[in-house]
Amino acid sequence: MCLAVPGRVTEIEERDGTRMATVDFGGVVKEVCLEYLPDLQVGEYAIVHVGFALQRLDEEAAKQTLELFAELGLLQEEFGDPWESAAEAGGAPWDESSRAPKGAQQ
Amino acid sequence: MGREQPGSEGGAAVKYIDEFQDPELARRLLDDIHTTVTRPWALMEVCGGQTHSIIRHGIDQLLPEQLELIHGPGCPVCVTPLEVIDKALEIASRPGVIFCSFGDMLRVPGTGRDLFQVRGEGGDVRVVYSPLDALRIAQQNPDREVVFFGIGFETTAPPNAMTVHQASRLGLTNFSMLVSHVRVPPAIEAIMQSPSCRVQGFLAAGHVCSVMGIGEYPGLADRYRVPIVVTGFEPLDILEGVRRTVRQLERGEHTVENAYPRAVRAEGNQAARAMLADVFEVTDRAWRGIGVIPDSGWRLSARYRDYDAEHRFSVTGIDTREPAECRSGEVLQGLLKPNQCEMFGTTCTPRNPLGATMVSSEGACAAYYLYRRLDLTAAPLEASPVV
Amino acid sequence: MSETTQLLPGTTEPVRPDPAAWTCPAPLRDYPRIVMGHGGGGALSAELVEHIFAPAFGGETLAQLGDSAAVTLAGARLAFSTDSYVVRPLFFPGGSIGDLAVNGTVNDLAMRGARAAYLSCGFILEEGVEMSVVARVAEALGAAARAAGVEVATGDTKVVESGHGDGVFLNTAGIGLIPPGVDLRPQRVVPGDVVVVSGDIGVHGVAIMSVREGLEFGVEIESDCAALGELVDAMLAVTPDLHVLRDPTRGGLAAALNEIATASGTGIVIQERAVPVPPGVANACAILGLDPMYVANEGKLVAFVPREHADAVLGAMRSHRLGANAAVIGEVVADHPTMVVARTGLGGTRVVDLPIGEQLPRIC
Repeated sequence: MCLAVPGRVTEIEERDGTRMATVDFGGVVKEVCLEYLPDLQVGEYAIVHVGFALQRLDEEAAKQTLELFAELGLLQEEFGDPWESAAEAGGAPWDESSRAPKGAQQ
Repeated sequence: MGREQPGSEGGAAVKYIDEFQDPELARRLLDDIHTTVTRPWALMEVCGGQTHSIIRHGIDQLLPEQLELIHGPGCPVCVTPLEVIDKALEIASRPGVIFCSFGDMLRVPGTGRDLFQVRGEGGDVRVVYSPLDALRIAQQNPDREVVFFGIGFETTAPPNAMTVHQASRLGLTNFSMLVSHVRVPPAIEAIMQSPSCRVQGFLAAGHVCSVMGIGEYPGLADRYRVPIVVTGFEPLDILEGVRRTVRQLERGEHTVENAYPRAVRAEGNQAARAMLADVFEVTDRAWRGIGVIPDSGWRLSARYRDYDAEHRFSVTGIDTREPAECRSGEVLQGLLKPNQCEMFGTTCTPRNPLGATMVSSEGACAAYYLYRRLDLTAAPLEASPVV
Repeated sequence: MSETTQLLPGTTEPVRPDPAAWTCPAPLRDYPRIVMGHGGGGALSAELVEHIFAPAFGGETLAQLGDSAAVTLAGARLAFSTDSYVVRPLFFPGGSIGDLAVNGTVNDLAMRGARAAYLSCGFILEEGVEMSVVARVAEALGAAARAAGVEVATGDTKVVESGHGDGVFLNTAGIGLIPPGVDLRPQRVVPGDVVVVSGDIGVHGVAIMSVREGLEFGVEIESDCAALGELVDAMLAVTPDLHVLRDPTRGGLAAALNEIATASGTGIVIQERAVPVPPGVANACAILGLDPMYVANEGKLVAFVPREHADAVLGAMRSHRLGANAAVIGEVVADHPTMVVARTGLGGTRVVDLPIGEQLPRIC
């Protein structure tokens, strides 16, 4: 339901009595209403939906989540997983050897 | 001071998106899911945005075969009731009206036509990114009636509530909103109450919880003995939601977990919730294809009635008709797979949608349509995630 | 209809799924009037041509349904094309409607392997449009023609009443000679062909969106609007045996690939991670809920190249300024004929369908 994207606050100003921010989404800049996160500071990230910052993005929590994912791999066991080579998918698409074996996933 | 350059020319990658699409970490999550699953489970991702991400990244094909992802009703395109769509079409057709909407709603079929056709017939229908854009259009066009189509779930409701509040604060008399907001928890409850319910675990919609918090879910998890995992939208987020739900199911647990802590706090956004309580009031709401779900919607509260487009335009007596052929309601509740509908892929296709679930790319039927075509071609290349 | 009564708000019937009573929207089989999507380069555009224009006009040449037609006149093989230009705003980062009108038609000819020789140019002006605007458009058009090495040989001007146009509409038509041994058309595409794109995709569409009313956002991206004749010459110098070229304008890469898959009866597999999408395009699309594969380009081409020539053609492209970021993005397969399938970064697959109409920002 809800396309919301993390962006970084680069400027905050009051406009017509409304707290507005300039938010940078990796080089794409939009004006965003800050009324729901009034104490958000320049440099912080927020989740933005239809021009509104709806929640502060907790950078520490993000880091911990990614660390958890990385640790999962360490416990991983070897088994014939079919997505082994997924990461290399972009490499050489015209290479015959990159073609899938028939019925690999049944 | 303290201001850094916002990325190099052309822009840098958005932080906190790319990291959560990492193929190597995805593989680790998938490995974990594969080793955890021992028998079939049916999970529902509630939110259309999650469905979109699952289809967009081909995630469902990478999961163990025993896991079924049921695409839930969390898509305003799919569930905004026909009666409201028809009211929108009626209002948008009126001379002097500028009808503003999110892009999603323009192709949703009403009774016999959609907003694109209203525009083709001379209606002034404009796509906006934010409800505040509609407010600005109202300020710039004081001699025109500007109506915003206020649809969506708990995530979109606060921006729309703020917009009505601002209109009131600015004393704008030419702005109104056609409101048809819906709430997730009553829908989960309705799905669980269905006698033929197949859903065994829920991926709750992360951004809904960013606003509302998670307080509404423990009761549901308890009452229906169903795991509910608050889940984000990037591929790794979805895999983590699946992983945690499956882990609970395999252990026979049914608790509420937050797998999206970077954007969801237990209490949600208090300021947004306060605004919602002021501008809206809870009401029964019809969900397209499903029926009326008690307390599942929001409408403008009495003190904002002046901004209610339904009052301003007295849209009544519209002949709302839906043929009985479409079974999207069953699909949205996970009771029927889209391709089990006899209209699927023949009478009903994305180009000629019979039901709203066939309209948007996150609609359950449209998503399924693509895969059925793939299955029909029996192509080994697509049947397998191996490159 | 009795089925609808349960949908009326205010009633509080218990929610009990009853398959017999489920109701659903009325079908929209056809659009009785033109909607914007008919000009979007997607499925609706294709239907318009297929059901109304092609039957009305007849003729074998039109049935080629390419970006431009290949015709033989007095022994000479000519590429012949026309295109109309309606863009808002008229001036955008990196170009204007004048640049588009030249480069669009020049590129349509280039996709047949032809260097544009002559253009016609029709102006449809709205009453009241400022003379300075017309002059700026004309100057941009002239400069683009000189840059592309093409002569504007004939023209026309019409004025429509105020409110009946959008400032300036342009139409250009062009002709050019197709070199001997060159035969570019989708029917020549065969399984095993390699799919090459000449550079970053989605740039023009994002540049336009960034200045469109109601969507405005800041991004340091300019339209990629450019004439591709030289680049095509460089590719044909490697081998005249390229199978098909397309400039993925409206409907983006997805529309171009789908047209070729349909016309050739082959399947196409794209490696998503190999498709060059600059961060500004990716991020703008992330915010607006768009897919870069469906966003318009104005200075890019996609080439279907026999496998044995792929490396050499790619090398030639990369040594040209307009192909510096060229990349192999996929291949043609015998499986799933007429369908375009993308392998995602995670190793899953998805179908890249023909867009229905115009792509709109979404919230969901």
